[in-house]
Amino acid sequence: MRARSPGPGRGGRSLGLTALAVALALSTAGCYRGAGDAGNDSRHTINVLMVNNPQMVDLQRLTAEHFTKETGIKVHFTVLPEDDLRDKMSQDFSSQAGQYDVASVSNYETPIYARNGWLSPLGERAAKDRTFDQGDILEPVRSSLTAADGKVYAEPFYGESSFLMYRKDLLKATGLTMPARPTWHQVAALAAELDGSRKGLKGICLRGQPGWGQLAAPLTTVVNTFGGTWFTKDWQQQVDSPAFTEATRFYVDLVRRHGQAGAPQAGYTECLNDMQQGKVAMWYDATAGAGSLESGESKVAGKVGYAPAPVERTREAGWLFTWAWGVQKASTHQDAAWRFVRWASSKGYERLVGRELGWSRVPGGKRASLYRNPEYAKEAGAFAGPTERAISSARPGDPGVQPRPAPGIQFVGIPEFADLGTKVSTEISAAIAGKQSVPEALTKSRRLAQEVSDAYTHH
Amino acid sequence: MPTRTTEPAPAADAAVALRAGGPDARARRTERAKNWARRAPLLPALVFLVLVTQLPFLATVVISFTRWNALAPDNRGFAALDNYRAVFTDPAMRASVGTTVLLTVTVVLVSLLLGLGLALLLDRGFRGRGIVRTLLITPFLIVPVASALLWKHALYNASYGLLNGSLTWIWRLFGSDDPPQPDWMTDSPLAAVEMSLIWQWTPFMMLILLAGLQSRASDAVEAARMDGASAFDIFRYLTLPHLRRYLELAALLGTVYVVQNFDAVFTITSGGLGTANLPYTIYQTVYQSHDYGRASAQGVVVVLCSLLVATFALRTVSSLLREEVTS
Repeated sequence: MRARSPGPGRGGRSLGLTALAVALALSTAGCYRGAGDAGNDSRHTINVLMVNNPQMVDLQRLTAEHFTKETGIKVHFTVLPEDDLRDKMSQDFSSQAGQYDVASVSNYETPIYARNGWLSPLGERAAKDRTFDQGDILEPVRSSLTAADGKVYAEPFYGESSFLMYRKDLLKATGLTMPARPTWHQVAALAAELDGSRKGLKGICLRGQPGWGQLAAPLTTVVNTFGGTWFTKDWQQQVDSPAFTEATRFYVDLVRRHGQAGAPQAGYTECLNDMQQGKVAMWYDATAGAGSLESGESKVAGKVGYAPAPVERTREAGWLFTWAWGVQKASTHQDAAWRFVRWASSKGYERLVGRELGWSRVPGGKRASLYRNPEYAKEAGAFAGPTERAISSARPGDPGVQPRPAPGIQFVGIPEFADLGTKVSTEISAAIAGKQSVPEALTKSRRLAQEVSDAYTHH
Repeated sequence: MPTRTTEPAPAADAAVALRAGGPDARARRTERAKNWARRAPLLPALVFLVLVTQLPFLATVVISFTRWNALAPDNRGFAALDNYRAVFTDPAMRASVGTTVLLTVTVVLVSLLLGLGLALLLDRGFRGRGIVRTLLITPFLIVPVASALLWKHALYNASYGLLNGSLTWIWRLFGSDDPPQPDWMTDSPLAAVEMSLIWQWTPFMMLILLAGLQSRASDAVEAARMDGASAFDIFRYLTLPHLRRYLELAALLGTVYVVQNFDAVFTITSGGLGTANLPYTIYQTVYQSHDYGRASAQGVVVVLCSLLVATFALRTVSSLLREEVTS
């Protein structure tokens, strides 16, 4: 079987898969019209594949009584955990089976999928749509959903960056101040001071759990600002370069000396718990964490300050992540799919969530207008400003001190990165556990990164 | 299954028989018809079983010889033995074989011993036995991933887990303000995974062994007691031989299940610190490398190894059973 160009009718296997997918789609969609949208796309049904985050579950609840009522378009949701979602999505989109009209894609997949020709460009539709107001979308978020051809391929549902969360009261008690734009070495010094200043208090929480979406994310932002990178512009791996090593050693030392207990298994959730329980004085992580810290159940609500992501050699260091909506190119309901995307990413939807479920549950981090909304400011006053600044100042195209071969701040925007980032972070996690040294971990990682280098330099 | 041979007679024989039309042939025909009448109702089930179990495996075998990575849709094709070469030269794969063996053997043996102890205790009559038995079975009924989460967060966590909390409380009783706060999952990651699995599988072992104990005739034990045998002798010469079949069965079933364990490794350590077992390694190949070809090859290799091990295990068990009968 020779490799052939993607498209329908490619070899027995994919044909079988396609047939299966279509059969499934037929059985799930209930009503199916082979014809394209002939303008009257009401009475259509679309299939949406999305990740099982709380904001998406809220969306699912609100869809029937609002979106379907307004447009007559029925929406079937398939909700999956992140890993399963990516797997199902890549299967359906790569064969262009068209089982799902809309899927939640992040800024990691969007440029990759767009380059493979799996997504419909949405930029023109969005530009024509006055009420949608594409200009209101925060610039870094919009550009991270723009492919190499300059077209927008997905519309954001919510966005996040990273910043430093710290306990104002504990800093005051120890007579310390947080600089307006802290460097990593200042943060390490603060962590050393705060560590043990109260019984059972650790200086800082940093992720140590293996995973490209766990440890690899904050670590990569540290690598960027220390002047390191995973790959040079021409795909030479830099995992064991001096800058990468220095950054990794700094991160590992900091978390080993003044970090939370149980660091090698601590991810976002564990750090959030530690911070909420008052076990750590600082936490460098996703801006989304602030909402939980300020919520009613949190012991530290009102006591937390927010500083920009610590830097060393760059001006900014915060990451950028967004869950967005992409429309599959093979979908036969392009218009209905766009109407759903337009609704889910709109200002109106943000207001709807604010009214129906409370402003703290609004999928934020994507529109400038939300941060000018007084009701939202009342709810999220402490972290709204820092969050917007962090997202607005992220530079996914140029996150470090050298040009990059692929977009992405806390990841490298290539399909291989999920695997590479996970395996390398497993080695570094073992270094945090003290099972090996940082140079040992990076020497092992070098081989993995070299494989990716080879794949890209032989093209 | 009927043990009668139902092989059709050779054609020549049949022809002769038909010509003769003798009673012999008729008998054979009715015999065959009877056999089919007995088998026919089972056929749909058999066909269904083959469809749902063997076809996916066949597909896996086929895929294992193809170059198929979801990330490179344009580059699919026949890969010959490349995937298998990659499997055998992959250090992560080799390491995970050792991890799997260690994990499985430890979990099965320890939970078997604990299960035996609990079964022996529960075999006696005491007040509230029903409640105790129910409570002991509970861990086995908890969803595996939920139990793994419970262990990771509620028990092991170094800063807010119950284990370190208890240590703090005990030390405080004695007026000490500086309790040891070990980092369970970091200091002994594999043991942490094993512990949670042992907790889950002990009830299973206990159930099987308890069933074995309750099926024992009590007169032999009473006779032994009359003859002045000590409790240990009774256990050693009466209980244990009787339980051997149940022990083997429990160990075999436990092994089959624990080898496949994924939830505990995935949740507690994310496969870090040398805890990645075979299912987790294959999961990584599928979900992170998106390399279906290589993942299928890994799956095929694991199935073949499991078949080998299972064959030997079953042979040992059945030979022991035969000994039981002859001795």
